[in-house]
Amino acid sequence: MAESHATAVHAEHDHKPHGWRRWVFATNHKDIGTMYLILSGFMFFVGGTAAMAIRAQLFKSGMKLFDPAMFNSLTTMHGLIMIFGAIMPSWVGLANWMIPLQVGAPDMALPRLNNLSFWILPFAFCLLIGSFFVPGGAPAGGWTMYPPLLQQFGASFPMLIFAIHLMGISSILGAINVVVTIMNLRAPGMSLLRMPLFVWTWLITAYLLIAVMPVLAGAVTMQLTDHFFGTSFFNAAGGGDPVLFMHVFWFFGHPEVYILILPAFGVISEIIPTFSRKPLFGYEAMVYATASIAFLSFIVWGHHMFTVGMPVAAQLFFMLSTMLIAVPTGVKVFNWVATMWRGSLSFEPPMLFAVAFLFLFSIGGFSGLMLALVPADYQYHGTYFVVAHFHYVLVPGAVFAIMGAVYYWLPKWTGRMYDMSLAKWHFWLSVIFVNVLFFPMHFLGLAGMPRRIPDYAPQFTDWNMVASIGGFIFGASQLLFPYIIWKCVRSGKPVEANSPWDGAHGLEWELPSPAPYHSWQTPPSAAVLAHGAEH
Amino acid sequence: MKRARLGRLLGTLALAFAGGSMPAWGKSGWDELNMMHGVTNVSTRIYALHMMAFWVCVCIAAVVFGVMIWSLIFHRQSRGAVPDVSLTHSTKVEVVWTAVPVLILVGMAVPAARLLVKINNNTDSQLSIRVTGFQWGWRYQYVGSNVSIISKLSESSTAASMMHSGISPTSVPHYLLSVDHQLVVPVGEKIRLLITSIDVIHSWWVPDLGVKKDAIPGYINQASFTIAPNKPGTYRGQCTELCGRGHAYMPIVVHAVTPAAFEAWLKQKSAAQSEAAAHAPAAAAASS
Repeated sequence: MAESHATAVHAEHDHKPHGWRRWVFATNHKDIGTMYLILSGFMFFVGGTAAMAIRAQLFKSGMKLFDPAMFNSLTTMHGLIMIFGAIMPSWVGLANWMIPLQVGAPDMALPRLNNLSFWILPFAFCLLIGSFFVPGGAPAGGWTMYPPLLQQFGASFPMLIFAIHLMGISSILGAINVVVTIMNLRAPGMSLLRMPLFVWTWLITAYLLIAVMPVLAGAVTMQLTDHFFGTSFFNAAGGGDPVLFMHVFWFFGHPEVYILILPAFGVISEIIPTFSRKPLFGYEAMVYATASIAFLSFIVWGHHMFTVGMPVAAQLFFMLSTMLIAVPTGVKVFNWVATMWRGSLSFEPPMLFAVAFLFLFSIGGFSGLMLALVPADYQYHGTYFVVAHFHYVLVPGAVFAIMGAVYYWLPKWTGRMYDMSLAKWHFWLSVIFVNVLFFPMHFLGLAGMPRRIPDYAPQFTDWNMVASIGGFIFGASQLLFPYIIWKCVRSGKPVEANSPWDGAHGLEWELPSPAPYHSWQTPPSAAVLAHGAEH
Repeated sequence: MKRARLGRLLGTLALAFAGGSMPAWGKSGWDELNMMHGVTNVSTRIYALHMMAFWVCVCIAAVVFGVMIWSLIFHRQSRGAVPDVSLTHSTKVEVVWTAVPVLILVGMAVPAARLLVKINNNTDSQLSIRVTGFQWGWRYQYVGSNVSIISKLSESSTAASMMHSGISPTSVPHYLLSVDHQLVVPVGEKIRLLITSIDVIHSWWVPDLGVKKDAIPGYINQASFTIAPNKPGTYRGQCTELCGRGHAYMPIVVHAVTPAAFEAWLKQKSAAQSEAAAHAPAAAAASS
């Protein structure tokens, strides 16, 4: 009793530096998590601005707002910024905030490393975005950076490579921190198979990051030496091989797409049980399915390059391994559906985003299955069908999961409730217009429109107009998101209970709201652990 | 007479419905929804595979989304649904929903693998053409003949595509899909393409032929197609691998004619090119 009183008093006098020192020298996982989330939110709007410019250029055939080279820069930077600037850092931010709270740890295991891994990022992004302002403009070879095309860009080329290096270092450091925290700082009694699914999926994601970010760094470094030091790794004229880069890049690139989506699986596995008021169905199957997906992600990279002329046996192998991923992914979807089955569902904003995730991510999964069939891929590859596919898994997939996570945990972070009806407006506008934006792209791709083109034949105009209008409204409605958060922080109604959600379980909901600056300084007792896990 | 017209109308309707054999390019608008059948055996089989995969996905979606929608409607708190918290796991259903998808996948993989092996068989071709991608256009060389064609975006499209051109794309025939010199091929013969590039990676795609293959410096990739004998016509496609600022401006146009017409064209072209070659050194000598 006396001990808990002392903890409470302590919590009121959080020792924290004030002013800029609090942020620049930050070692607190909550501060660093907040900085990650704000930075990624900012980058989401930067990448979104590029997307709006792209959709404006593609509004109709013959539209010429941008020079083709500038258009290529916009698509390249949109991809790089959204992947490395928006989605990845927002997952790291959520990991920072939630993993210590969920496993009963006082902080991340390596707080100073944590500070470094965050503060690398603004510099990386400055290099990346700064490349727009150097002679020759920003890189315009696509986010996949294939040589020899990438070798044709001037001053922006080394900037891109070093930005990739920095973002890679940041990701590796962040991933090491996640692994060490989860492995060493779990509350006594929390065995691996009692961890929340968000922690599980992040643990697996962290291993993927550690495995593949160095591969990307190696691939781009070889391009750097090809460009400046006369090597010929990828230069056919010097005995090198441009296809080698594709293999190495996609050996990184495919696990990378699971780095973007596995934490989303974790978030959905937290939200759906809460608002179904039922425990997650098939917890262990979910863990094993996630691990299987991660393993398979290393042996499917060839499906990004079915048209480069691989031997038939290799194409067959990559087709079959890719189709196999549908099995554990299906298991996950079926378990979520079974969680909702015979539950008691309510539709607060986090649940709305989670349900939309289930439907729309599945659509992205279906087109993924179609793309796995090599003969069909010969027609789909490099067209808007592919663009539709990966935007379905990344926007109503990863991005919706991030928004759902923010709406789920925001009351815990701020101790305040956000404007529920505005958040529902945000949801409905997003879910309607994300489909208006991306669904017609399936049609465009099947009808023969290649991706990454600044202008197209007139018969593609109608569906492009629809997509552009959907894009503009989707983009504009995202402005609601920062406004809702700002309004919540400023003047949201205080949340009295530990948890605003009656169906929520887990250690984070055993803490007061807002979560104290220093939490779990003593590990949760067995009783607290049991209460947190109880259903 | 009346019957003939009716027959033609029905034929047109059927074609429009099938969407394939009428080149989809050039039509405008909302009916551009699906993959084209194309004019080769391979492209037709790809279309069938695509539709099979599509309907499999639709069926799975109907079941999964059906259960979800059922829960969303009938298992909601506002209707007084009480959660059944005993429903936490079942090894039996996990096994079922692992095994059933495996069976479905095997059912899809078998026809896909068969077709894949067929497509990649480039033997027994009657004509080989070397295709070389460059920034930004294509060069075609007929193997066993001196005929060589440089194929670039047509002048009318080039003019209309310029910044501030003021030319409406709809006023240009086949805007961005027409070239100055078409690739001419015979119908009914198996044609093998030997594809490479001299600068960056390009990709040679004609949807109606069911052929897409990357043109990569240092590599010679093979692809082949046989256009159905009753399908002479003009088939259009585009480069599908980002290759710089001219990526959207290097279309592919294949003009398929009868074998007899092809032989005549090749002979005439060959004679014209030998003549040009014979004149060229003389002209060069005269100018120096």
